[in-house]
Amino acid sequence: MQLTNRGKVVSNKEQSLAEKIYFPAIIKGMAITFSHLFKKRPTIMYPEVKRQYADVYRGQHVLKLDENGAERCTSCGMCAIACPAEAIIMESAERKKGEEHLYREEKYAKTYEINMLRCIFCGLCEEACPKEAIFLTDRIVDAEYERDTFIYGKDKLVEKIDKRIDVTKRQTPEVQEFKKLPGYKHNELYQKKLKK
Amino acid sequence: MLEFIIYKSIICAIIFAVSLGIAAYSTWWERKFAGLLQDRWGPSRAGIWGLLQPLADGGKMLFKEEIIPNVSNKFLFVLAPALFIVTAIMAGVLIPWGPPVKIDETFYALQVSDINVGIIFLLGVTSIGVYGIMIGGWASNNKYSLLGAIRASAQMISYELAMGIALIALIITAGGTLSFSEIVAAQDKGFANIVWQPLGFIIFFICALAETNRAPFDLAECETELVGGYHTEYSAFKLGLFLFAEYINMFVSSAVMAGFYFGGYNFPFAHELYQAMGLQEGSWIISLIGFGSYFTKTLIFISVFMWIRWTIPRFRYDQLMNLGWKSLLPLSLLNLLITVIVEYFKGNINL
Repeated sequence: MQLTNRGKVVSNKEQSLAEKIYFPAIIKGMAITFSHLFKKRPTIMYPEVKRQYADVYRGQHVLKLDENGAERCTSCGMCAIACPAEAIIMESAERKKGEEHLYREEKYAKTYEINMLRCIFCGLCEEACPKEAIFLTDRIVDAEYERDTFIYGKDKLVEKIDKRIDVTKRQTPEVQEFKKLPGYKHNELYQKKLKK
Repeated sequence: MLEFIIYKSIICAIIFAVSLGIAAYSTWWERKFAGLLQDRWGPSRAGIWGLLQPLADGGKMLFKEEIIPNVSNKFLFVLAPALFIVTAIMAGVLIPWGPPVKIDETFYALQVSDINVGIIFLLGVTSIGVYGIMIGGWASNNKYSLLGAIRASAQMISYELAMGIALIALIITAGGTLSFSEIVAAQDKGFANIVWQPLGFIIFFICALAETNRAPFDLAECETELVGGYHTEYSAFKLGLFLFAEYINMFVSSAVMAGFYFGGYNFPFAHELYQAMGLQEGSWIISLIGFGSYFTKTLIFISVFMWIRWTIPRFRYDQLMNLGWKSLLPLSLLNLLITVIVEYFKGNINL
């Protein structure tokens, strides 16, 4: 049974003189290595030069604020349920009076933690989110010395009001369409809610 | 007398410093060259082009924890790296780095010592070098170290024979002198010895690779089989000394090859060049140019050593022995025979 054309017939025939004295083969090999001196190198000098990432690159998460600067997350737990790696843990709390500028809806996430060591950056949390609150960005999760420091809390995840993070690149029309597809439970609920 | 002592100490200090400097920067060049041959860039972080890398490596070696195994023979364990590096540097005293300089009507050779049995001294010192490896491997009390040491000693002894016989042929063509400086000076007029001794050079080159434990003959270290070979148990600066000595060995054997077979400080049309520049014999500019010529040849040989290392896979132990005893030794004898016959008919040898 022949699978590829790369098979080579092995023979035990005696070496010729040229093969026996090794030199032709050695010189051939040295010429090959020498030619590599002048070849183009694929190295990217990392901190100075950065590779171009795809527009829809899935890196470190961000919790978005709305246009008024209030947190969009309502701590519904959809992302945590969707997460295949079980990396997301959150704790809900009720919004008090006078906190309207901080949280968009009556319920909010008191704590919101993503374990970056568990996370597989699949983007299902983003897909599951009914409030457009969580997004993956093109930022890389930093290296750390301790395991604990890989658990990112709200301090690292929520975007800063004066340093908004642009996620429009991941909000392609296809994504928007996809989010409206039926078959996603929370979307159906959302649609029903709208109809009422 | 005082003048003699000052002159010799200056030469000694310079050659010592240059040997160590070259050894340090060989490690850098080895890595850089390896990178370039493998489509990488090699060290590029420490300083421009990674030029400070040897300093960083040296510092690392110096400050690492020094471990002497409990079961080792402590005296020999400490002695071995010292012996290895001393013999490595000692072999460098013979090399005549340039034409003699004339100061106040006296000629000063750019050489630590012009021993009249230079070649025998060279062979002797390089043979003592094997004791460094052997003692180090044995004193470690580790089977891998011991295997590496045994391989190294067997390999060095086997290849020394072919090397010695190749050198005898060289001595005959060079006019029967054993002095390094005379062999180099004899190539001043006429051709370099490589023209008369091409086979001898190839044998010598292969043996030099084996003598310095370089790939493809690096069975003494052989990372894939023996962890680190004879220096498995060594750490910190003792390991550094071993690695350093290996690079010094490489430097010295490159210089020896450049001197014996490629004319040393001589180069084609040297005299015409000096005449055109209007330089007298013994001028320091001539010495400088000669030194530059010798040094360039040496550096090219060092690069060739590295180039071979990153091209050719390691020999198996039995292949190594077969090559040494069944190929190189008969070939060197054949080379000697041809040389003797040719020189006899040229009338240089009287029976």
